[in-house]
Amino acid sequence: MKTMFRALFSAFFQVVAKELQGAFRHGSDILNPVWFFIIVVTLFPLGIGTDPALLERIAPGIIWVAALLAALLSFERLFKDDFIDGSLEQLMLSPFPLAWLVSAKVFAHWLLTGLPLLLVSPLLATFLSLDIDTYIALFLTLLIGTPILSLFGAIGVALTVGLRKGGILLSLIMLPLSIPILIFSTMAIDAASYGQSYIGLLALLGAMLITAIILAPFAIAASLRVSVS
Amino acid sequence: MWKWLHPYAKPEKSYQLAGKLLPWFVVLTVITFIIGLLWGLLFAPADYQQGDSFRIIYIHVPAAMMAMGAYSSMAIAAFVALVWQIRLAEMTVAATAPIGAVFTFIALFTGAAWGKPMWGAWWVWDARLTSELILLFVYLGIIALYNAFSDKVLAGRAASILTLVGVINLPVIHYSVVWWNTLHQGPTISKFGKPSMAVEMLWPLLIMIAAFATLLGALILMRFRNEILTRESHRPWVRQLALNNVKITGKN
Repeated sequence: MKTMFRALFSAFFQVVAKELQGAFRHGSDILNPVWFFIIVVTLFPLGIGTDPALLERIAPGIIWVAALLAALLSFERLFKDDFIDGSLEQLMLSPFPLAWLVSAKVFAHWLLTGLPLLLVSPLLATFLSLDIDTYIALFLTLLIGTPILSLFGAIGVALTVGLRKGGILLSLIMLPLSIPILIFSTMAIDAASYGQSYIGLLALLGAMLITAIILAPFAIAASLRVSVS
Repeated sequence: MWKWLHPYAKPEKSYQLAGKLLPWFVVLTVITFIIGLLWGLLFAPADYQQGDSFRIIYIHVPAAMMAMGAYSSMAIAAFVALVWQIRLAEMTVAATAPIGAVFTFIALFTGAAWGKPMWGAWWVWDARLTSELILLFVYLGIIALYNAFSDKVLAGRAASILTLVGVINLPVIHYSVVWWNTLHQGPTISKFGKPSMAVEMLWPLLIMIAAFATLLGALILMRFRNEILTRESHRPWVRQLALNNVKITGKN
């Protein structure tokens, strides 16, 4: 029993390590979505004016929509290369449950795309003149929300990875499903900017995250089995 | 029960069963539509506030209900398809999705047309209309995914998975939109939360709901039959069917 757990966890970390190693060899893969995120957020003050009150009012929406789009851009990479070079099939043939290995891949993907967004978020908060309480709320929603995005996105990618023009289809599938995350996150940030308590909304996001962690890997694994066949 | 259901795992038997059921659904649809529309549009009393424009309820509410009904039936079919690996259930999912999308569109369109005289705008970000709009997006995603696969067996399976993911998410979407709406804009005066309708108005509405339900059933059966025929077109029984059709029309 104990050796089984050890084997499971070592497999998990091996997959994560391999993903990170691969990503760091192509550094731009990590940086590009982050640049995209920053550029999209920069476009809004340029487009609608620099009034700090206005910017602060719409900042949560801007940042979250930009985060959604940036996440969307980065998903392609999640399974595509592995699908092309056949390592996805190797993953399926391994004795470990596919859902488990897939969650390792999603975790690695979040480390490479969600975490950088968190790291640059103070910069964006300064751009959009958020005060510190609002920023803390923004940080917490990004911290809980981006893993959910990664999990949802992984389902979409797993369904479309075998298709030639999967990119636009992926956004058609994934964006409607991520609407609740957008709503809860921006509501929490709004509440924080009015000085209200937003712990309930964070709890809802957390509940979504836990549900997604439990259920999404099975959906991803089932979808991969459809795509690779 | 399994013994009774077993033959219908065969596409041919299901095709015949759907063919037998179809006329009943069509007849019921026609009857209920005639009664419901005449009663609702001509004989039901006008609303004391909304006048005659409330009558769009006889299209709007049944369409909205069946839009969700179609999705739930898709979700059940998708579950059956994935758990028991029944291919015909996947075909049902594929057959139902476009119908559900059209019903959702009808609900949205009539909602907008109703909103114009009542709220003074074609589109209000009312919670129910918004979640109906998102339901339409989800439908379109499923249809797009289904069409993207050239292998229809895989397409059906992929669409089933997405349907199940959607059915877990749709309640969350609905409630998130409701809370978003109430927090952002204050309570919109919801005409849909009808406080006990007058009986003369309620009866035609119930009949129209039945009409839309049977219409949904009839359309699903038709598309289901088509789906079976296109997928099984290489099978002998389909060829035989086609030959028989040619013979019959040839005699005429």
